[in-house]
Amino acid sequence: MKIAVCIKQVPNSEARLRLSSDGKWLDEEDLPFIVNESDEYALEEGLRLAERTGGEVVAFSLGPERVREALRKALALGAARAVHLADPAFAGGDALATGRALAAALAREAFDLVLTGSQSDDAGFGATGSIIAGHLGWPHVWLVMGVELEPAAGPPASAKVTREMESGVNEVSRVALPAVLAIQAGINHPRYASLKGIMQAKKKEIAVLSPADLGLDPAELGAAGSRLEVLSVAFPAAGEGAQILEGDPKTAAAALVQKLRQEARVL
Amino acid sequence: MPELDGPAGQAGQGGQRGHGWQPGAGTRIWVVPQLRDGRVTRVSWEALAAAGRLAAALAGSAPSVRTVPINAVLLGSGLDAAARELAQRDLAAVLVADHPALAAYTPGAWIGVLAPAIGAERPDYVLFPHTYQTVDFVPRLAQRTGAGLLPEVTGFALAPAPTAPTAPAAGAGGEPAEDGLVWTRPVLGGKLQARVRVRGAGTVLVSVQSGSFPADALPEATADAPAADTKLRPLPVDPQQARPDREVLGYEEAAAQQVDLTKAGIIVAVGRGVGGADKLGPIEELARALGAEIGASRPVIDSGWLPRERQIGSSGQTVSPRLYIAAGISGAIQHLVGMKGSAVIVAINKDPSAPIFTVARYGLVGDLHELVPALTAAVKAAQG
Repeated sequence: MKIAVCIKQVPNSEARLRLSSDGKWLDEEDLPFIVNESDEYALEEGLRLAERTGGEVVAFSLGPERVREALRKALALGAARAVHLADPAFAGGDALATGRALAAALAREAFDLVLTGSQSDDAGFGATGSIIAGHLGWPHVWLVMGVELEPAAGPPASAKVTREMESGVNEVSRVALPAVLAIQAGINHPRYASLKGIMQAKKKEIAVLSPADLGLDPAELGAAGSRLEVLSVAFPAAGEGAQILEGDPKTAAAALVQKLRQEARVL
Repeated sequence: MPELDGPAGQAGQGGQRGHGWQPGAGTRIWVVPQLRDGRVTRVSWEALAAAGRLAAALAGSAPSVRTVPINAVLLGSGLDAAARELAQRDLAAVLVADHPALAAYTPGAWIGVLAPAIGAERPDYVLFPHTYQTVDFVPRLAQRTGAGLLPEVTGFALAPAPTAPTAPAAGAGGEPAEDGLVWTRPVLGGKLQARVRVRGAGTVLVSVQSGSFPADALPEATADAPAADTKLRPLPVDPQQARPDREVLGYEEAAAQQVDLTKAGIIVAVGRGVGGADKLGPIEELARALGAEIGASRPVIDSGWLPRERQIGSSGQTVSPRLYIAAGISGAIQHLVGMKGSAVIVAINKDPSAPIFTVARYGLVGDLHELVPALTAAVKAAQG
């Protein structure tokens, strides 16, 4: 089974964050980047399904030069090869523009399954997987907590998929393959790269694709192809939304209990 | 999937607002509420309230359903009660797609109804409650219809008109959109708030984050509004288009839980800030004093300080107690989605800029190792 996994490199939000001078995003100098959390689970799920079916995983990522590090990690973990959508024209896109580019890259090969993480830890749209599916005309499921290929033996024709819903209920459904599944963090336990894997990764191919390779007009890609524009970002105002109860611990705690009893009436 | 509907809003009424911006002129708003057990959900009322605010802002001094009309769009099977409930409100129309093919939600069926309707009528804004179901299908609806996509908004403001002499505009950061709307949404799991605008004309699909607009803000219809039953309009359902793209086999309780936090009236939840498994004693005392269950954010579980059955958040349990006390939890979005439905949230954190304070009603800023015992003492004192 041939499986594509789309991964995104995102800022490590545990690091000290500084805004860029134009106020529109983070200052990326010295900012550490990591593979998006749910994408790591998507990669692990892809590797497991490929191992079970004697298939292979191809890792895709869109972004600047630093993204090669994320792809190299995927290769070290077991992806057979990687595809890097690397061109300034791809930069700054919203999910619709990014999904358009990734779908065009994925359509160049015949995949049985495309996996993405459920949402990026930076922009947080949760949209790329289903937008890719729309372009490919395949079914999709978002927030996947379980995947079983059917039939269990032989070439898979469909997948039984568990989707997380609100209030502790899961939907179980069957989708025909090929399909796009957006994987929720926690579905599995991602492996660590072995030394052997890291060594082997150095010899694996990272193909580079440009808009021209994909037959796409740069005007429909990246920031130029996006209707959404970020004007500025800011840290939330301290205590925005919350009534902060002031004073030493004893005073503040007493004031809180009073509020909970008299105002909110929950005690 | 065939592109039957064409890019919404490349022409038509959506394109009326060409240069500068003319708040209100020709703007039309749709809201797609979700139902649970046949009733409009709370977060859907919030999306309707957001639509009301939006209409008022765009209509300027004459807010009325006739200046900036709001339509609700209902999808499902057996919708009479919900449709009538909505028709009592200050809405121009309630479009009802009531069909057995829509008995169970699937993206294929929902998109198969909404995409042709959006393509035909080209509303400017279509608002959705920001739920898992919305994230499952709305991005694909945007892809299908050529609409813009603006997920998880928490607010908006109408920037002053560009001709205003001393326009402080929308702050540092650029030109506002043609209709002057600047939206806010969280990024980096809520560590930052982004101000965004939508460029160009045409439909935009917007999802409204829970807790951002008061659910009861959409007024009852006024006396001079059209009668409730004249507002109900059937929305055609073509079973050839509204085709399920997944076969729903059933619904199951998420992994059998030994601890069912969803039934708890009060939850005391701890995060990484507690510092270690050996520091949970005061938390347990507070929970005992309140008759509360103990919950935790994911880092606490991953560190092995508490068992996984106590995890709250996107990969744990989703809870909505009457009181949720978050101690040492910064409030990553993965945690917030599991508890933001709580009636009253109290945040205890040393970092006053932690995102948890944005969903909390009350906050204590300081060292939780001092504040939690003080709170336990205050609770006991109040209990006499």
